[in-house]
Amino acid sequence: MGWIRRLRNTFASAEGDFDEERRFHIAERTDDYVRRGMAPEAARRAALARFGAVTLAKERTGDADMFRWIDDIRRDAAYALRMLRRNPGFSLLATLCLTLGIGANAAVFSWIEGILLRPYPLVVDQDRLVAVTGTNRGARPDRDDVSWPDWIDLQRSSTLADAFIAEKITGTTLSVGDRAERATGSMVSANYFDAIGVRPILGRGFDAGEDSGRNAHPVAVISYETWQNRFRGDPDVVGKTQVLAGLPHTIVGVAPKGFYGTFVGYAFQFWVPASMQGQFDAGVYKLEDRGARWIEGYLRLKPGVTIEQAQAEMSSIAARLEAEYPETNRGRGVRLYPLWQTPFNNAAALLPTLGVALVVVVAVLLIACANVGNLLLLRGFARQQEMTIRLSLGVGRARLVRQLMTEGLILAAIAAAGGLVVARWLRDALALLTPPRGGVLLRLPGEIDWRVIAASAALCVVSTMLFALAPAMIASNVDLAGALKAEAGVGGGHRSAWIRSTLVLVQMALSFVLLVGGALLIESLLAVRAASPGFSTDGVLTTSVDLFTAGYQPQRAKVFQDALIDRLQTLAGVESAAFSRMTPFSYRSYGTAPIAVDGYDAPPDRQPTADYNEIGPAFLATLGIPLVSGREFTRADDEAAPLVAVVDETMAAQFWRGLDPVGRRVQVRGRWMTIVGVARTARYRNLLETPSPFFYVPLRQNFSAVAALQIRTRQSAASLRPALVREIHALDPNIAPSELISMREQVERTTAAQRISVTILVVFGAIAVMLAAVGLYGVMAATVSQRARELALRMALGARAEDLVTLVLSKALALTAAGMIIGIAAALLVTRLLGYLLYRVSPRDPRAFASAAIVIGAASLVACFVPAWRASRTDPLRALRG
Amino acid sequence: MLRRRRKPDALQGTLDLLVLKTLSRGPQHGYGIAAHVESISGDILRVEEGSLYPALHRMEHLGWIAADWQTTANNRRARIYKLTRAGLKRLDEEELRWERLTKGVGKVLRFA
Repeated sequence: MGWIRRLRNTFASAEGDFDEERRFHIAERTDDYVRRGMAPEAARRAALARFGAVTLAKERTGDADMFRWIDDIRRDAAYALRMLRRNPGFSLLATLCLTLGIGANAAVFSWIEGILLRPYPLVVDQDRLVAVTGTNRGARPDRDDVSWPDWIDLQRSSTLADAFIAEKITGTTLSVGDRAERATGSMVSANYFDAIGVRPILGRGFDAGEDSGRNAHPVAVISYETWQNRFRGDPDVVGKTQVLAGLPHTIVGVAPKGFYGTFVGYAFQFWVPASMQGQFDAGVYKLEDRGARWIEGYLRLKPGVTIEQAQAEMSSIAARLEAEYPETNRGRGVRLYPLWQTPFNNAAALLPTLGVALVVVVAVLLIACANVGNLLLLRGFARQQEMTIRLSLGVGRARLVRQLMTEGLILAAIAAAGGLVVARWLRDALALLTPPRGGVLLRLPGEIDWRVIAASAALCVVSTMLFALAPAMIASNVDLAGALKAEAGVGGGHRSAWIRSTLVLVQMALSFVLLVGGALLIESLLAVRAASPGFSTDGVLTTSVDLFTAGYQPQRAKVFQDALIDRLQTLAGVESAAFSRMTPFSYRSYGTAPIAVDGYDAPPDRQPTADYNEIGPAFLATLGIPLVSGREFTRADDEAAPLVAVVDETMAAQFWRGLDPVGRRVQVRGRWMTIVGVARTARYRNLLETPSPFFYVPLRQNFSAVAALQIRTRQSAASLRPALVREIHALDPNIAPSELISMREQVERTTAAQRISVTILVVFGAIAVMLAAVGLYGVMAATVSQRARELALRMALGARAEDLVTLVLSKALALTAAGMIIGIAAALLVTRLLGYLLYRVSPRDPRAFASAAIVIGAASLVACFVPAWRASRTDPLRALRG
Repeated sequence: MLRRRRKPDALQGTLDLLVLKTLSRGPQHGYGIAAHVESISGDILRVEEGSLYPALHRMEHLGWIAADWQTTANNRRARIYKLTRAGLKRLDEEELRWERLTKGVGKVLRFA
């Protein structure tokens, strides 16, 4: 129950008590001296002097006193700063190691904060936002969007959410003055700006009701950057009209600076109400179609409502809708996600990457702490004398430990401050590592707010515990008798040598794991690059031509498309060219249709669906997708001809079970089409997708004036572009293609997550190995100087220089090997966490383990080269005499 | 909680013994304890205030002695310490230990 007394002492002011006791003691002693014949003044001085080590005595009783404790901290801090200034080399090295460790962590924290946890600046109550998507029981993956009528019904019936925020990413050509560029924006529900608490700085947000009626409300809010850059900050911009998606829109507001919308990864440039959806989707009006699913949105839960409660409510509403509208809603549900798991923006792609990054930087911090711990141990021996003196002066061991911990904490605090600076530099690193996409402003910022700062401060305390506690305990446990002997001072006892070796083991093991991770990801990236998406990546270029925004009616657009294909095919080096609504590996999504096939009965609660693409003649040949049977579309498959389709092998296998479907029919959205061909299954969205049924329909029979253009050619994008622009301008000088890139580039843009992970792991893996090598060097150098006498003795007894080198090397290599064995065991356990980032590479790939071992081995050899060389140069006489 | 792990060394134990023994004669203040030890030992033993008061406070924490403020004959407020039951038991143990220690040391000295 000591602490209770301690506390009572604190409040009863033990210090005052002791002072009074001391006054009494001195008074009595003075009286005594006076009785023995001293003059009163001299007696008092003598008594005071006799009380002597008054501060020392106070220091010990003061253990029970909080105020004293705070005062001690201040003195410890001042002393620690003096010690750190006195050893600038040590301080610099230790601070550098820790800054690296804490900085890397702070950077990843700030990314997680800015991208996953609170991704939307200026948006209020992000803690209560959850992402909403639809589900489709039959499909794999089963995620889908939500239709507008369903969205409205969910909103009406919900009692647990106080706002439903609908949106869908969209794009258009924004031409202001003589500059025309692609711009990214969003179609939103009318409550959007009110619900997220963002007030436009000019004009207004959207009014209630502006999200209903087909193209009824052509109004737009533009971003601050768009206002500044494209409209030159025009103060009278509100009320002006601007053509968006081929229709004049009235600009009704300017969003505040620093608001980028609610889509992780991209900065939006404009917002229009959902009523304009038909115009932005090239004329396909979905607002009143319960089967057309396109909305990705958010709910704001009422305070105190959990996501599970809200999910239960949403599911029950969805079940009711399913019963009410079976033909559109069979098998359909609704799913809620915490904001950081939002599946429909770049958060989904970055979540595993940031997870890996977090593990990696924690490992780097551990390695850095081990290094600083090693440095402190080494310095502990140098300071042994100081410790001994202070101990024999009566300073408590607890005080000594606290003193050393304070020094550690100050080091860590300096490093944490430096770390936050590093994190600030790295704020935009993710955006720089992410490949650009035409027409999209990337925004992947780190956000350094009080939470990140608090987390970094916590790290600073934890790492101090990690690196300073063991050395402090050892240093304060100096054996007073042993310390008097001359030898003990040089290299420290067996226990600390043992601890230092353990620290190096840990470092070796951790860096081994990081290297294995890096090697696996590199192999995976190589495998991704070597993988075949099922179409040609070399010799095919892609771009897009937006005739819709240019105001073309479908008939005129069709003529333009045919004429352009004819012109391109006459160009030297162009083998073929084809339009399609989508190009593979686009970030936009394919159309999805419910389908029915003669003789195929779906389970009663499921509606079979398949994704499809609308393609022009020779599309399959241009992309190099082989036909298994039948034919692909020709110009004869036009509006007047019977409806036709080409299915892929996966769809053929699922619905016709091995029979050749050519000549049979499939019902798509209620329209029967005859199958004329079967194409080999390709990848359509990314390299990692699992095959699901996919089919093609002729672009002519399902027209879109916004179309991708694929060109099979030997020329590079740069050399073909002038010719392409010339041919387009010959048809219409007002139209320009968007960026022209190779299909290889198009595919690689989908591997950004892998590439970021590789970069992070390789950079930090290299840093980790470097730190570990420094640690090994420190231990070996200490060993050599510690054993200088022994080495000298061996040399005097006839050992050759090589023998001494072997001695040192064998110890170093034993440490390395032991560390590697631990590392292999650890790596076997944790590399599985890379999961989805690994493509066609086993998490236990022996090549990755072997290359990590080689790198660690080489680094160890380099690290112990100098100590070994020094050992071989031992001068027997000097060492023995010294 | 390093304080608790700290083992009493021989010297500290000796001071404890002297204090407990002095208090077994009756309650006394810190100065009185020091003066008693010094005068009885003929000034061979000198009690340092820097050791005495921490020892008193420590023993008080341990419950071997108890203290309260009283006014002395010359009208000064003094903190008077007295032995508790636990302290009495401790005194016996310490005396026994001390006898064993001096006996052992004596043997060694005679032998060498």
